[in-house]
Amino acid sequence: MTQLILFNVFNGLIVGAFYALMALGLSLILNLSGVINFAHGGFLALGGYIAYTLIPFVGFWGALLLAPVLTATLGLFVERLLIRRLYGRDPLYSLLLTFGLALIFEDVTRAIWGAQSVPYQIPGWLATPLSTDFFFLTGYRLFMVVLVVAAVGGLFYILSRTRLGMRIRAGTLDLDTVSVLGVNVRVLRTLNFGLGIYLAGLAGVLAAGQQGLSPTLGLTLIMPSFVAIIVGGLGSLPGTLLGGVLIGVASNLTTVYFPSATEAVMYVMMGLVLLIRPRGLLGEEGRMH
Amino acid sequence: MSDLLRKQASTALVWILLLTMPYWMPILGGYTALSSRMIVLALAAMGLNFLLGFTGVLSFGHAAYFGLGAYGVGLTIKYLVPSTALGIVAGVLIGTVAAMAIGALIVKLRGVYFAMVTIAFGQVFYFIAFRWNSVTGGDDGLSGWKRQPLDFGVATLDILGSDKAFYYFALALFAVAIAIMGLLLRSPFGRTLLAIRENERRARFLGIPVERHIWLSFVISCMFVSLSGALYALLNNFADPRALRWDQSGDFVIMAVLGGMRSFWGPLIGAAIFVVLQDQVSSMTENWQSFIGLFFVLVVLFFPRGVLGIVRRKAAA
Repeated sequence: MTQLILFNVFNGLIVGAFYALMALGLSLILNLSGVINFAHGGFLALGGYIAYTLIPFVGFWGALLLAPVLTATLGLFVERLLIRRLYGRDPLYSLLLTFGLALIFEDVTRAIWGAQSVPYQIPGWLATPLSTDFFFLTGYRLFMVVLVVAAVGGLFYILSRTRLGMRIRAGTLDLDTVSVLGVNVRVLRTLNFGLGIYLAGLAGVLAAGQQGLSPTLGLTLIMPSFVAIIVGGLGSLPGTLLGGVLIGVASNLTTVYFPSATEAVMYVMMGLVLLIRPRGLLGEEGRMH
Repeated sequence: MSDLLRKQASTALVWILLLTMPYWMPILGGYTALSSRMIVLALAAMGLNFLLGFTGVLSFGHAAYFGLGAYGVGLTIKYLVPSTALGIVAGVLIGTVAAMAIGALIVKLRGVYFAMVTIAFGQVFYFIAFRWNSVTGGDDGLSGWKRQPLDFGVATLDILGSDKAFYYFALALFAVAIAIMGLLLRSPFGRTLLAIRENERRARFLGIPVERHIWLSFVISCMFVSLSGALYALLNNFADPRALRWDQSGDFVIMAVLGGMRSFWGPLIGAAIFVVLQDQVSSMTENWQSFIGLFFVLVVLFFPRGVLGIVRRKAAA
């Protein structure tokens, strides 16, 4: 039993890390541009499929490096050509636009790579369990955790220590002032969007190695990401991270005792948070409006 | 022509078209079930627009209440009583009660955050329907039940055997719901909702309890949508888990936007266009989802005011 619980806690941490990686990207875009990027899951799946296609040419490590960059590049185009036109309008429109994009992404990935899920090749030495007692502790899973921690660390480093990050944080609080101070806000928003999509692409590659690829991969991950943002606190990136990990662990622990409530439990958590602390666990006051 | 006269003339035209639809639809290549689907989904889109267009609150999770209405009627007829009327009552009741509870949790949020929470909550019932296999039929949906003929004591209306009879049954409920909606919007309550939409802060300063009004508007809107969901399940003799899912919510929003959110009949036009388009495209190509997605993008970029929004602008110019 202890092993089962340990297994699920560990699994929950991994799943939560995915949620967090995806939710952080969503949060970045939402905070700076006020856009709910419904197509985020589509970008994630695309990242995985691009890596899958690249592996025969550049190998596992090359794909891991290249696929998120290519996904982010596509994100830059999408922002530049479509989403940018809708800034300043009712958020309804950007939501509908990205919703349409999500439908297109899912359909196009299905048309290109097929509706069936495809296996994703990872190096043999990463796939073997590290210990016979803890069969679930494969090298790949450990590697994933390390990579997610590195990515999140990198993100927070960029946000707190670089000029770009400083501008993103300032823009989140007051974009008009940032613009008046001479920062090109259009470029800032584009770069910020690209950064968010890069995280989605990276999450996609990692998810591909863990659970294989299917066109609906993005959709299974996007709802928990929304919940993670709400639970963690609107406008707070550390909150988003916390929210993702929390709901990952909670839903996996529920699997042990009450499997049919695996998904429902995160909505219960969300309901409780909204009831007791509507701004979320680490949310700042006054950002709900 | 005076404004009032024009309004009355167009309302009369809408009702004449709706009353005669099963007779002219086949001439245009449609069928009666398509007419029924049109008015049922139009009711959902208009119900959503009560909140979206007339209260100014962006909900992206109305499929939840649509689906609850659908499962409510299906489960009642399958497991409890074989009665269409009681099934509808149960469906609307379940949807409305769920909306009351969820509405109370979210009325304090605004804008994108409100939208995000409604998206997330919109999905919870989908997962329940999906997982609770033994009762709901899981991914396959709830089948093995049929709508029942209506017994009025003196006569029975065979809505099961005749597609036309079902259409007129649905139209009658549609008419009642739309009449209530119109009356509500014209009442002081409806005017207050418009005031909140136009300027929430001022409305608050005038002493209007904004949260309570938004909650009521949310619940009323969801009530109409769950009635629509109940009718939708009766139309198909089937409750589909996909009726509860996020993409269904998006469809309702696009119908409202496409027809024109700021006008009463806009969502009806949007629903009609959307239903015909979906019917055509899905019979033509396997990649219909891409076309629908592209349609969303094009509407947002080039047609954000919707059909009636443009007509009105032309008329004003």
